[in-house]
Amino acid sequence: MSSAVVSTSAALGRRFVFDDEEAEVRSGKVLPSTINIQPSSFPAISNRKSAIENSVIPASRLVIRPAPEMVSSGIPAIDALTGGLPRGCLTEICGAASSGRTTLLLAALAATTARGECCVVVDAGDALDPHSAAAAGVELDRLLWVRCGESLPRRHGGTEKGKVNSAFRERRAGDNQAEHRIEQALQATDLLLESGGFGLIVLDLGDISSQAARRIPLTTWFRFRRAVEYKPTILLAIEQQPIAGSCSSLLLQLGWANHEFEEIGPTHAHLLTGLDFTAEIIRSRLERKPARSTAAFCSQTAWAG
Amino acid sequence: MPFACIYVPNFSVAAVLRVEPELRARAVAILEGKPPLEKIIAVNEKARRMGIAADMTRTQAELCPDLALRPRSPLQESAAHAALLDCAQTFSPCVEDAACDTALLDLAGMESLFGSLAEITRAIWDRAAALGFETNVGAASNPDAAMLAARGLCGAGTFARVGVAVIPPGQEAEQLGSLPVEVLFADHFLEGEQKEHAARLLETFDRWGIRNLRALAGLPSIALSERLGQEGLHLQQLARGTASRTLVPVEAPLIFEEAVELEHPIVLLEPLAFLLNRLLEQLCARLASRAWATQELRLTLELDPSFKEESETFSQQFLPQLEIGNRQSKIHFPRTLRLPLPMLDPKTFLKLLQLDLHAHPPGAPIVKIHLAAEPARPRSAQGGLFLPPSPEPEKLELTLARIAGLVGEQKVGAMELLDTNHPAGFRMRRFGEQGSEKGQREKACASAEQQSVVTALRRFRPPLRASVTLENGQPVYLGYQKKDVQGRVLWKAGPWRFSGDWWEREAWARDEWDIAVQSDNTIALYRLVHDLLGGNWFVEGTYD
Repeated sequence: MSSAVVSTSAALGRRFVFDDEEAEVRSGKVLPSTINIQPSSFPAISNRKSAIENSVIPASRLVIRPAPEMVSSGIPAIDALTGGLPRGCLTEICGAASSGRTTLLLAALAATTARGECCVVVDAGDALDPHSAAAAGVELDRLLWVRCGESLPRRHGGTEKGKVNSAFRERRAGDNQAEHRIEQALQATDLLLESGGFGLIVLDLGDISSQAARRIPLTTWFRFRRAVEYKPTILLAIEQQPIAGSCSSLLLQLGWANHEFEEIGPTHAHLLTGLDFTAEIIRSRLERKPARSTAAFCSQTAWAG
Repeated sequence: MPFACIYVPNFSVAAVLRVEPELRARAVAILEGKPPLEKIIAVNEKARRMGIAADMTRTQAELCPDLALRPRSPLQESAAHAALLDCAQTFSPCVEDAACDTALLDLAGMESLFGSLAEITRAIWDRAAALGFETNVGAASNPDAAMLAARGLCGAGTFARVGVAVIPPGQEAEQLGSLPVEVLFADHFLEGEQKEHAARLLETFDRWGIRNLRALAGLPSIALSERLGQEGLHLQQLARGTASRTLVPVEAPLIFEEAVELEHPIVLLEPLAFLLNRLLEQLCARLASRAWATQELRLTLELDPSFKEESETFSQQFLPQLEIGNRQSKIHFPRTLRLPLPMLDPKTFLKLLQLDLHAHPPGAPIVKIHLAAEPARPRSAQGGLFLPPSPEPEKLELTLARIAGLVGEQKVGAMELLDTNHPAGFRMRRFGEQGSEKGQREKACASAEQQSVVTALRRFRPPLRASVTLENGQPVYLGYQKKDVQGRVLWKAGPWRFSGDWWEREAWARDEWDIAVQSDNTIALYRLVHDLLGGNWFVEGTYD
């Protein structure tokens, strides 16, 4: 329906003229003067009207989605910042290397398994360390680990003519492997969401380059969000940069807080005792409005005591 | 005390029709013998009406265009007999294996469980139909009268429904009187001297003018015993329905197997799935009838041996099974499906078998299918209102099988730490299995002592082989092909020396460093490893 027709009809106080009717006038099938603007005389108008009435839900019957249940992430500072991790929603945790993503992941797994629920880690980069998981308190019996990525056969450029840039060939092989891993991870996540019964499903894309991860279509994230809606499952995505767009209900950016290093004494007297991290809420669609948007938490290495 | 008899007419035909129910609408004949001397040994009613009879040759039978010919299969008959006993055991713990086509049940005390005698016999008939049999079920106050009722009265339409006959107590002689004397020798498995003796007795009765059981029952007992001895008296008691004996109960073995031999080899997985579905439904019905479930399915496919000459890879794969120079060698392709919990859903089993065969195809046409189920007590867990959510076992098993098809069987499951100091000291195991005691103790200690957040290591698999610039034996620069993992070493801790398995071939020794590396505009913490035996440097992971 063109805006010009609407404004003209509204300005002149006449009934609205719909496209079908206008098309009939323009094509010359019907003379304007013979138009009977009573809706019942035009089947197209009455059909359109009934279709609109059937598709529009009255406000009195709209379903209000309840606020998602929040559960502990295993880190008190994160719980104070966000209220915990929401069930039935997609949460993104972003950060570079050594920003605390895996530490937060293992803490969430430990908290979930301590509640007696089963968890899954769909590990696109096959990066999970079982010893770290056990040290973090994860109950390994309740953790399902899906390790993606059999390496693809390397293409030796036999079909390429002329001189081949070996670096470009390596990069292409790496991209193919990353795509293969992403494909496996997404398919596995699909199957697990359909199966149901898990308290926490983690899609770990932390080792996938941002370039490759951004190629995941938004429709995939939308499908994941719809699949986990109304279920008691936390869907957690670990990545280097945000990629799910508006499909995620909570987006946290992590970073390494303190880069100061003590250089006193010989190297064998140095000991990595822990790391300090920061967490910032980039986006939150949850009902609970946070009092502040950043928080800090510390971690300790397993041998620090 | 009431007794019941389950009789399967044309047992050889019935065994085939259990596996191929689509043949019920057709005329079927069973052949036995070595070609070209095969002869018909059994026919169904439709084939009999077409004029097909026992002892006809294959050539004569093939003149009839609508006749389905099948070879006799002892394997299928064995499975059918086992199914018959399973059906009988559903209704009584005291079952006698009278013949391969006949089972006798003692129904004493069963009326309080299953209802009146008529209801019990109807339920037996229905259960046998569910297992693929068209049976005759007879009930009477003694086992022999029940057997005669099943073999002779069913289908007569005198009383009760077709396939079911119930003789009220005291009316045995009256109800059995109309049956021909041949019914006393209706055991089809008489051979040799027994068969000849039975023929002589029938001839004697025929000369005397004894045509039915009423006439035999009316003979004077003393005169009969003088001419035919104790056997004659016994036959008269059977005719009168007064023979009394106790059952010889048999404990049916807990063997649940089904098999089918194929007329034409199967090449595609889809028709194989169709047959597997049928076998699984039969197996599950038999397990359910005895209140068992299963936790292990064993599928054995017999492959076409003539295929070995066409396929080199096939020969290599099955070389140990081939006997040189033996053209009749059988090649078996076994697959075992182990389930985490006892289950009894044929659809789930079929899907799991399909996924398994898709991942491990047999590689040759299939000529025979054998499926066995290991019985296990059904699980009796009851869900609670306040228990945390957990995946349904059947759904989870299917999901894990699908994911295994994506990433590989060894790449999905739970992890278990091994009792070693090696950094890669873990193994993958099936999700849902209980872990080792050591693993559970470690888990309990970690849970109890966990008060603070633990720094996690994020591993590179395989570890990244790097080039390290040393100064005074300490790393100062890390070089690697990816820019984000190379740079100047800002801080380092170590080395920490680890070694182990020096008594094995796979001995290992390494120095570990924790280093902070600045690359472009980021700083990251890595674990750097120097392999003391190989001399190489590796970046093993990131502290994240």
